[in-house]
Amino acid sequence: MLGSSIRQIGARLRDASVTSSELCEAAVRRAEKIKELNAFVTVTKDVAFDGAQQSNFRFSKGKPIGPLDGVPIAVKDNFCTQGVQTTCASRMLETFNPKYNATVVQNLLDAGAVLLGKCNMDEFAMGSGTVDSFCGPTKNIWRSKFDPSVQKQNASGDGPNSQDRHDWHIAGGSSGGCAVAVASGAVFAALGSDTGGSTRNPAAYCGLVGYKPTYGLLSRHGLIPLVNSMDVPAVLTRTVDDAILVLDTVAGWDAKDSTSIAIDERPACIVNDQNIQNICVGIPTEYHSPGLSEEVLEAWNIVADIFEHAGAKVIQVSLPHTPASIACYSVLNQCEVASNMARYDGIEFGLRSSESESSDELFASSRRKGFGEVVRSRILAGNYFLLQRNYTKYFVQALKVRRLIVNDFERVWSSGVDVLLTPTTLSDAPQYKDFIRLENQQQCVMQDYCTQPVNLAGCPAVSVPIKLSKNGLPISLQLIGKFSDDRMLLSVGRFIEDAVKFPRLNLND
Amino acid sequence: MHSIHIPRIQVSFFRNVKFSFERVSKREKTSLSDKQIKSKTGHWQSVVGLEIHAQISSRSKLFSGASTNFGSPVNCNVSFFDAATPGTLPVLNRSCVEAAVLTALALSCKINAVSLFDRKHYFYADLPAGYQITQQRAPIAEDGKLQFQVYTPSIHKKPYLKSSRIKQLQLEQDSGKSLHDSIEKSLVDLNRAGVPLMELVFEPDLEDGEEAAALVKELCLILLRLNTCSCKMEEGALRVDANVSVHQPSEPLGTRTEIKNIGSIRGVANAIQFEIQRQINILNKGGVVINETRSWDPVYKQTLPMRDKEEKQDYRYMPEPNLPPLRLLIEGQLIPKDAKNLVNVTELQNRIPELPEETRRKLIKQYGLSSESAIQLVNEDQLLQHFIEIMKLEGRDAQMIVNILLIHLLTTLNKNKLSLEKCSVTSATLGEIVDLLQEGRINLLIAKKVLNEVVIGNSKSPSLIVEERKWIQITDEDEITKICADVLKNNQKMVEQYRNGKTKLFDAFVGLVAKHTDQRANMEVVVKKLKMLLQK
Repeated sequence: MLGSSIRQIGARLRDASVTSSELCEAAVRRAEKIKELNAFVTVTKDVAFDGAQQSNFRFSKGKPIGPLDGVPIAVKDNFCTQGVQTTCASRMLETFNPKYNATVVQNLLDAGAVLLGKCNMDEFAMGSGTVDSFCGPTKNIWRSKFDPSVQKQNASGDGPNSQDRHDWHIAGGSSGGCAVAVASGAVFAALGSDTGGSTRNPAAYCGLVGYKPTYGLLSRHGLIPLVNSMDVPAVLTRTVDDAILVLDTVAGWDAKDSTSIAIDERPACIVNDQNIQNICVGIPTEYHSPGLSEEVLEAWNIVADIFEHAGAKVIQVSLPHTPASIACYSVLNQCEVASNMARYDGIEFGLRSSESESSDELFASSRRKGFGEVVRSRILAGNYFLLQRNYTKYFVQALKVRRLIVNDFERVWSSGVDVLLTPTTLSDAPQYKDFIRLENQQQCVMQDYCTQPVNLAGCPAVSVPIKLSKNGLPISLQLIGKFSDDRMLLSVGRFIEDAVKFPRLNLND
Repeated sequence: MHSIHIPRIQVSFFRNVKFSFERVSKREKTSLSDKQIKSKTGHWQSVVGLEIHAQISSRSKLFSGASTNFGSPVNCNVSFFDAATPGTLPVLNRSCVEAAVLTALALSCKINAVSLFDRKHYFYADLPAGYQITQQRAPIAEDGKLQFQVYTPSIHKKPYLKSSRIKQLQLEQDSGKSLHDSIEKSLVDLNRAGVPLMELVFEPDLEDGEEAAALVKELCLILLRLNTCSCKMEEGALRVDANVSVHQPSEPLGTRTEIKNIGSIRGVANAIQFEIQRQINILNKGGVVINETRSWDPVYKQTLPMRDKEEKQDYRYMPEPNLPPLRLLIEGQLIPKDAKNLVNVTELQNRIPELPEETRRKLIKQYGLSSESAIQLVNEDQLLQHFIEIMKLEGRDAQMIVNILLIHLLTTLNKNKLSLEKCSVTSATLGEIVDLLQEGRINLLIAKKVLNEVVIGNSKSPSLIVEERKWIQITDEDEITKICADVLKNNQKMVEQYRNGKTKLFDAFVGLVAKHTDQRANMEVVVKKLKMLLQK
């Protein structure tokens, strides 16, 4: 039941073979079962049961609101949830209890979805592993003791050596908690956020669909920002269809977000087996980066072949400024971080130290105590770039490079390409002990290599799981679409999904 | 929209955040006498430029739905956004954009079809986000001009026309207020946080404090006509910063100081005059003027260095990523295809009412007033309205009305310690007094007495008052001749002195006749008759 798609579970709720409350109870049990993976910062049991009960009532009247009614979902802990603490996985906001819901959260609740919990993440979404959280790292469910294949190996005595406490795989990040929550079956969908790949990366490592919408399509009101000009609320589901259902529920223009846009009302060109030969798939050569693993490259080739055999036009294209993208992304990221984090001074909300020597001392010590080292170092770097004497050299330069990257995409689209096919990550999920050998910032440079250019350009992208690596871990690829062409992009994603038949994780109850 | 109540924030601060102002040292102390300044200024030239923050008269804040009402209980006009609650975003208030455009048009500014918002960063307890949203790179309007008459009757013999260029007009947020009410604690009130401001940056085109005060006065008159700012300086609705420097005519501009937050129009004149003289004194003694921020102490009448701005701030400006460029619809300029609901500049141009200078011109042309009278009338809108109302009846003497309003009404109010705002005397009542005067039924002395009656609250009509008090003017020449003769007869000694050359005594005779008639005699006739009688 917990492993099914939203459409399947919806059918069961409608034919009353299961009630919303029963589903909710099972989901809460599942969340408790996988507690040691640390997917949730807060499991909102009471909120969930309340929501489920109201959903029961609607189903009993034969009047469910829509396809998400009664469906357990989770949101990353950087979306404001009224009356539920919203920590951004930071000590700074440990006690922050918002008095309002983020627009996308409100939209889900209005659709009858049941909020099961708030998911773990890197502090303020700064990271790519969900290892830098004030409540500890999130562990990948794949190759964990909950993975049925591991259980089988253990039974036969050749499972991984569980003596080594760092011998587990990271979930990816920064929306790693969301990914594990969805992969485990505790929820059917989760809202993550994606600034440089934060949703696609953990989706790729956890064998999920990770969809990053066009910038502005989903309201950012209530999403605690990392980089305002790149942040998008994003969707993690087990199937592309489920992602489309969530998109339809949460997308739309919002008066509270001046950068939000209306859903494109033009009929989307939906790609399917019949008309796949009409589309042109671009393979950007620059994404073949030095660190790319053999297995990802192989998957990339397999899917390109699938397109070709189905009759689609597959061509090599160039996005020449891709190598400059990550540096540009880093500068813009750190500048906005420095600015966005300025509000955490301990006065209106958040951690306030007991320092009383002066207001400046109070600000400094609250921030020193409240922020982790990664956050502090980005603030420092960002403020350095924004100094009057450095502004042109770094910030303005980064904006220029950003324009070149946008132009790269524009050129490819105008040459007739409909979607781009790229890796999402360079490899399968690394082990924790290997991952932490590099500093957070260095890891981000590697992890976000294929994902962040899209955020600079604002166009939509979706990561789709393709196959398992020889380690038994998911390998995923990314499809990138034109600005506002989300439906077409997702339909191509569904085409791939159907073709590759990825072996989804199915936990034993 | 949302309004949350933030409990009084009690922060155990602060020794060094308290604004403590150094008392000015003796060597800097100068006299404020204008004559002295003029004589001492001598070969020094002073240069003054103003930056004015005007709160826009809008119901809600620049980027949130919270009320802008002045005087609400502490922390009651605070939306989530105003408190910088994480996850909130700015939404631009259309009426503020319209107010800024209207103001910019009235000041002959060039309106920018596209303007941008920026973040200006600094840490302060009453700046919740740690940055102010302003328009640093591309303001909503630039290159304006404000023309104004400089005329302070006690200083200038004649009004003169002055003009200051406006560098830019920008939209920005006001900050909250910190209240350091004890040594132990500081309190933060966010009611003002996010209130819309227009910042007007003027070029350094002025020469002294009087010119600066006149500029501010004219700006207030314009903003009040446009209804874009209440201009209540006592509420902080309009705040003036002045940049002041002095230099030798042949040399480049001197080091400037900035006087922050001057809270009244006279304060603007006095603070600048003081600062000019202070700088001259320093330079005359071979000293060096330091580039610093100073405050104006209206009680001690001196500018003082502000300690909290000692360090030079780097504001680390950055584009505000949550607000798309602000586009305006301007006739003849290209409109982006996806733009809708733009503020229409041409439409606003048509909504500009008659501005003060136009009114002055009309007063001079239509009613033959002197430019001095026109300036003074326009400076006091209530008097202007009285004037226009009273003049609606044909045949009334414009100059007589001006005298009644500008001299006698104001004097009477002053004597009774009443303000013009609190004066409820109607135009009709004032008109009646004018008529009584003009018809010769009362003289000016009686008119003043009647004015006094109505000002202190006598609600009877002036005619009735005059009738009841038997204040009707004595105009009968024979009667007056007789009274004058009596007065002279009773003061033989003075008459003798007068005839021996002490002609100054003439006024005394006039006074005696006035007194004798309870001031009812027609004074022109009295003068005529007295002269006649004394010549005999």
